[in-house]
Amino acid sequence: MSDDHVDGNALAGDLREIFAVDLTVATGQCAGCGYRGSVATLRVYQNAPGLVARCPHCEEVVLRLVRAPGRAWLDLRGTVSLEIPLPS
Amino acid sequence: MPIVSPGFTGRRQSPDVQLPPGQYLTEDFPVLTAGPTPRVPTDRWEFTVSTEAGQKHTWSWQQLMELPAEKITTDIHCVTKWSKLRTRWKGVSLDVLLEEVETAADFALVHSYGGYTTNLPLEDLLDGQAWIAYRYDDEDLTPEHGGPARLLVPHLYFWKSAKWVRGIQLLLEDEPGFWETAGYHDYGDPWREQRYQGD
Repeated sequence: MSDDHVDGNALAGDLREIFAVDLTVATGQCAGCGYRGSVATLRVYQNAPGLVARCPHCEEVVLRLVRAPGRAWLDLRGTVSLEIPLPS
Repeated sequence: MPIVSPGFTGRRQSPDVQLPPGQYLTEDFPVLTAGPTPRVPTDRWEFTVSTEAGQKHTWSWQQLMELPAEKITTDIHCVTKWSKLRTRWKGVSLDVLLEEVETAADFALVHSYGGYTTNLPLEDLLDGQAWIAYRYDDEDLTPEHGGPARLLVPHLYFWKSAKWVRGIQLLLEDEPGFWETAGYHDYGDPWREQRYQGD
């Protein structure tokens, strides 16, 4: 893996604050190329004004997360869907 | 043994240095990127201004180099709170590039190699406020800092100074760019601390 990004596990803390479950184990589908994989496999660029998660297959942006004092923005337009495992 | 206070080893800031609110001074040049760094050879680089009427004006690297360039020394302010003073650049003023462009547009959407975009009012690109910069500190601009050429609009937060710039789309309506659609301020004036939407 290149040293300019880390893996999708870097999203865990911020996502846990917004969602009640750890979304890094969810299976997402890239809107750009259709690739399916766990959120943890995304390539996250964190030396930026927000977290930018890109598809490991086509490098399109699938998720963006911006934190500000007291609020956050989550952009999932690059994601077709997230399949989230839940207790049955 | 002398008593060393950590307070005296931290950042020193001269009292006459005035920074925008919430900013701190840095001496290095942090590299921020929202994706892989594009490597664009200058023989394949081009810069295109497109108007609201669909007209396109394109410059090759060679043509850019033939335009009158300016040396710019300016302070820069990143929305992640670092500021860097007296940075030295060389580039072509947008006044030169837009001189022959006929437009009624009030807005610009800047496009970069790699897909990044950022928006700003057209008037903020004019009157000696913005450049296509290709030299930094007397050296060619490196890809990490946006080379071969980046936009330089130092009076706004530095995310507006798009790295790897490849074109400007002139628009009648404002169209938010990459960070502006993800919570960041549409305009981004550091002196008014316009970091996020609603600031």
